[in-house]
Amino acid sequence: MAKKGSALVIPLVSITLGFALGAVVLLATGRNPAAMFLALFQGFSGVNVSAGSFNPRYIGEFIIQSMPIILTGLSVGFAFRVGLFNIGAEGQFLAGSMGAIAAALWVKAPPGIHVVLVLLAAMAAGGLWGAIPGYLKARFNVHEVVMTIMMNYVALNLNNLLIVDVFGSADRIKTAMFPASALLRDPALSALTNGSRLNWGFVPVLLAVVAFWFVIDKTAFGYSLRAVGFNKDAAEYAGMKVNRNIVLSMIIAGAFAGLAGAVLTVGTFNYGRALPAMEGYGMDGIAVALVGGNAAIGIFLSGLLFGMLKAAQPLMQSQGIPKDIASIIQASIVLFVAMKHGIDFLIRKIGARKRAEEVSEALI
Amino acid sequence: MSILLTMIPIAFVYASPIIIAALGGLFSERSGIVNIALEGIMMVGGFAAAAVTVVLEPLTPAAGYIGILAGVAAGMVFSLIHAFASVNLKADQVISGTALNILAGGLTVYLCQVFFNQQRTKAFRVGLVKLSVPGLSDIPVIGPLFFKDVSPPFYAAILLVVLAWFVVYKTPFGLRLRACGEHPQAAASMGIKVAKMRYAGVVISGALAGLAGAAMVLTQDIQYTLASVHGTGFIALGCLIFGKWNPFGVLGAGLFFGFAQASSIYAKDIPFLQAVPLEVFYMLPYVLTAIALVVFSGKSVGPKAAGEIYDTGKR
Repeated sequence: MAKKGSALVIPLVSITLGFALGAVVLLATGRNPAAMFLALFQGFSGVNVSAGSFNPRYIGEFIIQSMPIILTGLSVGFAFRVGLFNIGAEGQFLAGSMGAIAAALWVKAPPGIHVVLVLLAAMAAGGLWGAIPGYLKARFNVHEVVMTIMMNYVALNLNNLLIVDVFGSADRIKTAMFPASALLRDPALSALTNGSRLNWGFVPVLLAVVAFWFVIDKTAFGYSLRAVGFNKDAAEYAGMKVNRNIVLSMIIAGAFAGLAGAVLTVGTFNYGRALPAMEGYGMDGIAVALVGGNAAIGIFLSGLLFGMLKAAQPLMQSQGIPKDIASIIQASIVLFVAMKHGIDFLIRKIGARKRAEEVSEALI
Repeated sequence: MSILLTMIPIAFVYASPIIIAALGGLFSERSGIVNIALEGIMMVGGFAAAAVTVVLEPLTPAAGYIGILAGVAAGMVFSLIHAFASVNLKADQVISGTALNILAGGLTVYLCQVFFNQQRTKAFRVGLVKLSVPGLSDIPVIGPLFFKDVSPPFYAAILLVVLAWFVVYKTPFGLRLRACGEHPQAAASMGIKVAKMRYAGVVISGALAGLAGAAMVLTQDIQYTLASVHGTGFIALGCLIFGKWNPFGVLGAGLFFGFAQASSIYAKDIPFLQAVPLEVFYMLPYVLTAIALVVFSGKSVGPKAAGEIYDTGKR
């Protein structure tokens, strides 16, 4: 078994290796890695080192890039704790987005209340989309991975169908604008960050992080969820309701991802969108959860890391660095985390050599 | 009826990459390695094929076929990452596959920017030329359907189905491959090198998925873009499940999914399908696969050890 310390070591080593590999790819294709690191720095701090200027708009954009992927990270991480691999965060995200559009367009409510209803509708829709594979897993032992992959594409096409045929769209791409009462936007936040799209979405995001931590670490329910994740049979033997926990965990995971859909739909945008392809927020969530060790604070931090990577993409592109290097780095980090046995082995080997050196030094 | 006749060749064009990639998944899963990276491998194969074809088209009329070979090679190399992670480093196969899917999107578009200074490859002129079999194409009804202006990958798909069936069920290699997917410990006790067989399974799946991606881009597209493969690798995964991990089952499921996609194009001409939104057709393969998953659940149809980390000490 891995030691406790490796919970931090593996992600840090993976992140370092991922960025190192990204730098090597840039060098091999004749680009300057330093420009990428400067773009990354500017992406989250707003400070342009070479020009010596500061623009808070970048900070706002960095935060809004991080918000949805922290939530999808919580979604994937929550399911992981119960031993389920939720590749379906992508579809639950889209379901949440559909719920948000419906509540934003069809519900009339005063400001302040409307937006809360929108968020709740999104969580309900995402939770429902997660409940389906959860129930099928509990009842028929249908593998959640393949099931949720299929449901992602059903959600994508359902979204496009609803946009055009149900919500109504003049150009077949966008719905009508949402009423202001449904939005997370606030001109004050935007003005604070020099016109960025920053909005109140960070409030539900922070609440979700705290809720994840509280439920998993501080409640008996969370304990029984983790017990199922560690050993299904032992949990069953100890009298825990394994099947109920599987369904509930997928509902909660779906609700997190659904909330991400709302944060994007009524925060970053103010209209529903038909999508030609997946946008990858659910896939980002997998990376966020894995690197964050499926724990609340870890997911929050790794969400910020990958949010920084996403926010810096336009800056990289403007400096002649293909923005897709960000996906290459993200994928390699995931790959390195997946190879944790290999990294463990490497660390132990280095550790053994060091100990051997110490011993030989002590002998001399 | 005439619509149906024109639809069949189109359905074949759509079905071929699905069938070929699903056969790839079959080899990998039969060896015990789950491969949800089929989508990513198809993207890499499609990119390599499109890039090579664009460069070679002014030089040789065989550019498309050299492009196909490049796609196969690229798919094999890319799948090696999955084999190394899953076999040598005992990585979770689903996570490794997910990483490859993310990597494929980033890597191909990155290379497009490096080589072509844009988000996609340059457009090729012809891609793969359609084939007509002289003589046979003159037969009424059957001729125009199967032998006139057929996209070459369709013949390849049929051939590969038969070949895959023969290899998996009629050769010692296939027997060993299946043994590793069912009970690797028992296979190892009979002297079969599990790691070697699993490498073979994954690399064959890389070659086939690379071929599928190459065929798809060169017959259905004018260039490689991030959206060129648009989920076909996942349809192939569904096709494998729907076809119960059997080559002829894969053929049947693949043809069915191909027809589902072709009908989306012709729906506006078919009276009882006119009212159905296009998205319903796009959804169909995924919905059917989801239903198949539920129906097959509880019955042991897939390779038993697929997805499990091989632990030599386990009994």
